[in-house]
Amino acid sequence: MMRFAHTLLAAAAALSALAGCATPTMRGTGDLGVIIERASGRVQLVDTSARAAFGSVPGLGDLSHASVVYSRDARYAFVFGRDGGLTKVDLLNARIERRIVQSGNSIGGAISQDGRLVAAANYQPGGVKVFDANSLELVADIPTVYGSSGARSKVVGLADAPGNRFVFSLFDADEIWVADLSQPARPQVQKFSAVGRAPYDGLVTPDGRYYLAGLFGEDGVVLLDLWKPERGMRRILNDYGKRGEKLPVYKMPHLRGWAIANGRAYLPGVGRHEVLVVELTSWREIARIPVQGQPVFVMARPDGRQVWVNFAIPNNGTVQVIDAMSNQIIRTLAPGRAVLHMEFTPRGEAVWISARDDHRVLVYDTRTLEPVATLPAENPSGIFFSARAARIGF
Amino acid sequence: MRHARLAVVVATALAITTARAAADDPQPSRERELVRLVRQDCGACHGMTLKGGLGPALLPDALRDKPAESLRATILRGRPGTAMPPWQGMLSETDADWIVKYLLAGFPREAVR
Repeated sequence: MMRFAHTLLAAAAALSALAGCATPTMRGTGDLGVIIERASGRVQLVDTSARAAFGSVPGLGDLSHASVVYSRDARYAFVFGRDGGLTKVDLLNARIERRIVQSGNSIGGAISQDGRLVAAANYQPGGVKVFDANSLELVADIPTVYGSSGARSKVVGLADAPGNRFVFSLFDADEIWVADLSQPARPQVQKFSAVGRAPYDGLVTPDGRYYLAGLFGEDGVVLLDLWKPERGMRRILNDYGKRGEKLPVYKMPHLRGWAIANGRAYLPGVGRHEVLVVELTSWREIARIPVQGQPVFVMARPDGRQVWVNFAIPNNGTVQVIDAMSNQIIRTLAPGRAVLHMEFTPRGEAVWISARDDHRVLVYDTRTLEPVATLPAENPSGIFFSARAARIGF
Repeated sequence: MRHARLAVVVATALAITTARAAADDPQPSRERELVRLVRQDCGACHGMTLKGGLGPALLPDALRDKPAESLRATILRGRPGTAMPPWQGMLSETDADWIVKYLLAGFPREAVR
């Protein structure tokens, strides 16, 4: 009898494990995250304390350029796929909560200050769509029509800002728009035009005050003070790129609030083997750090003491670590082939790095700069931890 | 699912083999590298399914009216004034011709690893 009960129990456990919907154990989500398996339309769910995967959620569509924001309770990951898919993944139950296909082609998204609205930045048709974070029902549609032809611009650099605002750049229109969604169904959009040619991405500083957009079509960076938007756009770093010849840009750099460290912004040089260091508030360039390739992600450890950099093809097998006190490179690492992304744990004792062509994610100790764990993953790209839930501009 | 994918790969491989009448195609190992490069790295802008992104779609329908010669030139020399870089530092003319041929015919998927 005892033996029979045992067998039954085992069978039940096996069944629920098979179904992938085991009864969730009581736990928090603050140390969890997802790894995008870009070619498989799937995310791995990971535990940054255990340094292990605990689940896998398939069926997310084309994740060739995927990004993630988190619900403010850090339980749900909103995954934006290339094919316009927006999938709400429940970390605790390891399953899809809701999924919609909201456009033909999407680049990323943001979540509002109050956590009630999720906004998607779309290429096709160009614009921003805003959804209820619970139901994923459409709340507002902001087509990025510009000029007189009725054409719609691709949207890049979408970030949240205090006041339930979303700020984003119009790649084709050279404009930056600030949408106030304090009344969600009636967005108030403030438009700034002729900001500079082809803004390629943008960031909101961690205090929510400044929006910075990098320019692809010309030299310079555009700055908007969200505390004083009436002052308009300001160009900074205008001479950036004028010295020496630019290289072909094999991959667009990415900007986000992670670039801020030690009172400075560390920005990827476009078409250059350089990281640009800009002093906050004076917005003067104070250093250029030569690096091994064209930077894609330039990310500060959460305490700002180190800045980690990865690179575009063909130098995408290395990661360099900059000491933010001396602005010197203190280590060059080789995590694997095709390093696509990095993500720090909430307080930065470790960083997870995806090596797409080696099908693995490496975890580095940021003090020793040595690898401490390896996780298998199929063509891993983005890594997103739930601590993003609490960060302005993420 | 895995079998289905494998079948696609085998079919693709056969198609490639059949189409290899041209003597100046790259070596098969290079072809695999090119498939990965186009799917993964060109895919960063054009989408892994080549449906488009920051860059335009590269599916046969989208390219039908474009002469192979100009596609080859775009790959090797880029499109000044746009985000399309010149790839001649990483791709040979043979590579570019092969990519154009298969973009126009329907680009192979990556092999199951």
